[in-house]
Amino acid sequence: MKTVAEINEKIKSGKAVVVTAEEIIGIAEEKGYEEAAEMIDVVTTGTFGPMCSSGVFINFGHTSPPIKMQTVTLNDVPAYAGLAAVDAYIGATELSQSRGMEYGGGHVIEELVAGRDVELKAKAHGTDCYPRKEVETTINKDNVNQIYMYNPRNAYQNYPAATNSTEKTIYTYMGTLLPKFGNITYSTAGELSPLLNDPYYRTIGLGTRIFLGGAQGYVSWQGTQHNPEQKRGENGVPMSLSGTLAVTGDLRDMSDRYVKAAVYDKYGISLFVGIGIPIPILDAEMLKFTAVKNSEIVTALADKSGKEKMTESFTYEQLQSGSVEFRGNRVKTAPLSSISRAREIAELLKEWIEKGEFLLTEPVAALPLENKVNKLDIREMK
Amino acid sequence: MKKARVKLYFPREWVSKPLMSEVIQRYGITFNILHADITYDSAGTIIAEFSGDDSAVNGALDYIDSLGVSYKLYNKSIIRKEDECIDCGACTAVCPSEALTMDENNKLQFDKEKCLVCELCIKACPLGIISIEF
Repeated sequence: MKTVAEINEKIKSGKAVVVTAEEIIGIAEEKGYEEAAEMIDVVTTGTFGPMCSSGVFINFGHTSPPIKMQTVTLNDVPAYAGLAAVDAYIGATELSQSRGMEYGGGHVIEELVAGRDVELKAKAHGTDCYPRKEVETTINKDNVNQIYMYNPRNAYQNYPAATNSTEKTIYTYMGTLLPKFGNITYSTAGELSPLLNDPYYRTIGLGTRIFLGGAQGYVSWQGTQHNPEQKRGENGVPMSLSGTLAVTGDLRDMSDRYVKAAVYDKYGISLFVGIGIPIPILDAEMLKFTAVKNSEIVTALADKSGKEKMTESFTYEQLQSGSVEFRGNRVKTAPLSSISRAREIAELLKEWIEKGEFLLTEPVAALPLENKVNKLDIREMK
Repeated sequence: MKKARVKLYFPREWVSKPLMSEVIQRYGITFNILHADITYDSAGTIIAEFSGDDSAVNGALDYIDSLGVSYKLYNKSIIRKEDECIDCGACTAVCPSEALTMDENNKLQFDKEKCLVCELCIKACPLGIISIEF
């Protein structure tokens, strides 16, 4: 029906019709999938949730005389430097050596995005070609060579809600979970979420241009633990842990409104990452996928204490209502991912496309639809 | 104008008497019950907010105290840096009194009236922007 190239021509001439993944629901109900697919060119999605598997590559530039950095800290948070001389990777969940769980990689990343100076300390053993053994200085996003986010696993297609079957409060990456099923937390942008609007990855694939942390970034690979073979509903939407994306983008263009450090009490550090992905409405099938709504998206429930195998599942409409019926009781439900900011991202991406500042891409290669997730077996050492 | 949030401890002999309506008339204050744990035949507590002129509120509190109804003042409250809040909702998971809730636009709402100042939200906030104000 429509190609990405045709949609891009419309975007360039300012004629593309763009709506968000929330707005499309009413349009589809009113017009039907066929007619709505004729009318609408692009549906924008958004998500702003804690995504632990995130981090940043930095090339600091060479000192004189040069150093092969062997151990590196940024604001006293260790970064991985087992790369070439002045390359390092700082991961979001890394903890500060002096401040423990109150400060970590996520905070360093947020400070860098905000344009603040960060203290760099590096040590080396010294070689003939890299004689320097120590560096202490400050860096920021403007005085390094390259600084780009590379997140191995973001934008989970679906994620189980969390609860706690034990007698004690537990502290998890899914927030504080009260004893005896005292609450349920969930993390999703639901009907706004990128991969829930393209369940079989027809338009989102390698090389897809996206909104990442306020910048234009790209899908660079399947995410780690990509699990497309998850059980799906009749609408094709996976009902628990499923597809994931690896994404990358230039940190210099990002905004700290869409990249925020998070501390989960007695768990550690994470990073809120803002992602928005435009979906080209190629035909009525894509329109139908993007018209999915919270009442049609189901997720499993997981006991984060690991004690009980849960069989219950809920729709995101139920979870977003503030409480659900669970084993005869009303249990409070709480989100962890900001839906209002996800909406803001979808709106902003819509604006960029309407202004012709953001063009759509065709995937260079598709994300796999077959992939098993392995367990780590504890094997006997020989 | 003064507002005072107090927990009142009613001994058994006062429970069945219309003490608070007398205090309201006598001092011209308003009296808003936030939480009550009291029955007609036993001692109990009421968490309430008194508001009115400074002298009237102070006078009312002194008066009930003199009659044997003791009270504890809540002089702390929870504050949130609203401009830094991302409306994630993690704090609502632990709030026992539904003072912190998500509204229909998925924005966080804080109802000070319902807040019990239990402080659980302070540690549950991933951005660390909720604190206690003295």
